[in-house]
Amino acid sequence: MSHGTGHYYVPSPSKWPIVGSSALLFLAFGAALTMNKVEPGYWMLAIGFAILTYLLFGWFGEVARESESGKFGEQEDKSFRWGMSWFIFSEIMFFAAFFGALYYMRQLSVPWLADMEHQLIWPGYTGGWPTAGPGITETFTPMGAWGLPAINTMLLLTSGVTITYAHWALKKNDRSGLKKWMLATVALGIAFLCCQIYEYGHAYADLNLKLTTGAYGSTFFMLTGFHGFHVTVGTIMLIVIYFRCAAGHFKPEHHFGFEGVAWYWHFVDVVWLVLFIFVYLL
Amino acid sequence: MAVVQDVHGHGHDDHHPTGIMRWVCTTNHKDIGTMYLWFSFAMFLVGGFLAMGIRAELFMPGIQILEPELFNSFTTLHGLIMVFGAIMPAFVGLANWQVPMMIGAPDMAFARMNNWSFWILPVAASLLVSSFFVPGGAAAGGWTFYPPLSTQGGMGVDMMIFAVHLLGASSIMGAINIITTILNMRAPGMTLMKMPMFVWTWLITAYLLVLVMPVLAGTVTMLLTDRNFGTSFFNAAGGGDPILFQHIFWFFGHPEVYIMILPAFGVVSEIIPTFSRKPLFGYSSMVYATASIAILSCVVWAHHMFTVGMPTVGQLFFMYATMLIAVPTGVKVFNWTATMWRGSMTFEVPMLFSIGFIFLFVIGGFSGVVCAIVPIDIQVQETYYVIAHFHYVLVSGALFAIFGAVYYWLPKWSGRMYDEKLGKWHFWLCMFFFNLTFFVQHFLGLAGMPRRVPDYALQFADFNMVSSIGGFGFGLTQLLFLYIVIKCIRSGEKAASKPWDGGTTLEWTLLLLHHIIALKHLQSLSNSVREVWIHRAIKLKK
Ligand code: HEM
Ligand SMILES: [Cu+2]
Repeated sequence: MSHGTGHYYVPSPSKWPIVGSSALLFLAFGAALTMNKVEPGYWMLAIGFAILTYLLFGWFGEVARESESGKFGEQEDKSFRWGMSWFIFSEIMFFAAFFGALYYMRQLSVPWLADMEHQLIWPGYTGGWPTAGPGITETFTPMGAWGLPAINTMLLLTSGVTITYAHWALKKNDRSGLKKWMLATVALGIAFLCCQIYEYGHAYADLNLKLTTGAYGSTFFMLTGFHGFHVTVGTIMLIVIYFRCAAGHFKPEHHFGFEGVAWYWHFVDVVWLVLFIFVYLL
Repeated sequence: MAVVQDVHGHGHDDHHPTGIMRWVCTTNHKDIGTMYLWFSFAMFLVGGFLAMGIRAELFMPGIQILEPELFNSFTTLHGLIMVFGAIMPAFVGLANWQVPMMIGAPDMAFARMNNWSFWILPVAASLLVSSFFVPGGAAAGGWTFYPPLSTQGGMGVDMMIFAVHLLGASSIMGAINIITTILNMRAPGMTLMKMPMFVWTWLITAYLLVLVMPVLAGTVTMLLTDRNFGTSFFNAAGGGDPILFQHIFWFFGHPEVYIMILPAFGVVSEIIPTFSRKPLFGYSSMVYATASIAILSCVVWAHHMFTVGMPTVGQLFFMYATMLIAVPTGVKVFNWTATMWRGSMTFEVPMLFSIGFIFLFVIGGFSGVVCAIVPIDIQVQETYYVIAHFHYVLVSGALFAIFGAVYYWLPKWSGRMYDEKLGKWHFWLCMFFFNLTFFVQHFLGLAGMPRRVPDYALQFADFNMVSSIGGFGFGLTQLLFLYIVIKCIRSGEKAASKPWDGGTTLEWTLLLLHHIIALKHLQSLSNSVREVWIHRAIKLKK
């Protein structure tokens, strides 16, 4: 075995898990109170986010330091690979629940609501997609596919290419190329997010398309929203990786921190493609 | 050996907190396993307290001690706490203790995250328990929290939703950790098909967890936004459908019941060979049966929805698919029986619980097949028959296996022996009171008594009283269990390092090697010495 230190690295006792749990404690109670409009809820949320930020910097900072001090050998590296793969698999299943809901509504519940029996309850409802359902009468315009969403698709696909160039540069130990391509990827991610925010504003202001717009609004905003959230997280991770690259972290043959984020970014990319087809195009 | 003891002192070079901080900060899989097990026992008592409330109310017809709304909260939280707070963490605790030992790994793959998976649980538990005291009370729509009941209700429902999110996150982290440990950290020579059955069942369980827990997270998220942000997933007026919830919930829910039983199968598959002094019969068929149960469990979810209405083809498909699961399950029961066949058996407490498991779990399996038959299920759905079914698989199945596991491994964990006589009392009292409580519920259900009601018609009175008496007895019996465990840890006789002469898995046979690995000084041994140890151990296992 060609381990860095010759044995599997088991970290010594750590305060980070309990810090994380206290963040979750504040966030969960804070969110429950806020949603029910109980005053201290906002404060608890704020405290929760503060602790969470401290946690993310602290914990990931520690892992980065461990990595740079050569604590992770081949076997640890493999663990990280397995761990990240299964984490991404769990994320796929999370999105699957929402795509499943979209499928069910479009193909099953909306047609049922428009069938003969239901004419008694919802006279005149004709179904079809997009729809806000039989009980929501406000009209709205659905989001077209070939404007901003198509541009967004281009942005994300391009970012998938740039991060691959960054990876190649890292493998060739071309540090300036690495930084350049990382910066490009970050910029593309941010551009995507800006477009997305603009699109949401457009939906609310001009199209009367809201989260409360029945089946279409629910699935549109929840799917694109969770995706957008993942892009945000991914972009933050990319920024962190950029700074780590700038600080001279990662070696051509040993850089799982980089690769893990790249995998995550590709995953976000693929989810977008599926989303573009099923939410925007069809 | 001297060398080994020598280096024991400085295994970890860094500081080690003491007192309570030792537990809060620990990265040691044994400490974390211990915390999981104690937490699960505490939750078992909380859930048990709620069960006592339910049985007290049902002792007689009429409303005596719990108003209907509170009664509903009691059943809801009883279910949630027992499933997510008691059974699942207990198995994760067992995995934490045993998996690294049984495969010869120094610790779990992600030791720090392991600690976090545990410490999320108390947060979720505090959400669940404190939801009783917020305006509107705790969630009352059943542990399955179907809308539209769950889109109504107050803050307690939101707290329950966040609790489920957290429990899910904890389970996913735990599962990823276990999978990675098993796939990447086996000692050399420990091939997949040589792994102990307990490790195999946990590998497959962990896979199921990663598959379905995120789906549950998605469902409760939709519920949350339906409740608070005006989405229409489960609202027909907006084009959604409350039944959509049931589909997504049971896509999680049925694999979930196998998440709670597969590790129990694993435990029983370890205990029975030990006390029959024979290797497990049909090891590889056991592995394949476990895998096929896991796969099948993903395509049977709508058997919980037969009365909701679905096309006949759908009913037939889900009926046959469900019944098909009985086949690999039957393979397992056959293998356990065949393992005992002509073995030189002894009946220590772990073995008693395992045999009790086989008897009673099979009853639960059969009543499951009964429920799977569509025309019958239309009669028994939402009655006490279903309650009887799933308590036979969950209490005399999962819980009995956990008890068996604790008695089996307690000597290993604590270095002391439990009181065999008291343990036997515990087992027989459990047997008696469990059946007293739940067997009669079959009759109640077939006679038409609905579940989730605080009051009932007079003709159900006698059996309910019997069931309540059984329930109180079962509850009290668990205090005896607590006493036995504490007595063992405090003042039990010193146990031999291999207290069961029939034990062959690594945790018994490979004490020395395990310590060496745990000390992470494997490298200081020459390769050949290391190989010899491992091969000897694996031969012993065979
Ligand atoms: C041969 C194996 C099994 C079969 C054929 C089977 C079948 C069924 C069916 C058809 C139902 C729905 C009954 C109804 O609601 O009308 C059901 C409910 C249930 N089963 Fe099973 N089952 C099996 C094993 C298990 C196992 C191993 C567990 C757990 C360890 C389990 C736990 C449950 C639970 C918790 C429910 C009730 C859910 C609820 O409505 O609250 N079952 N089972
Ligand atoms: Cu089921």
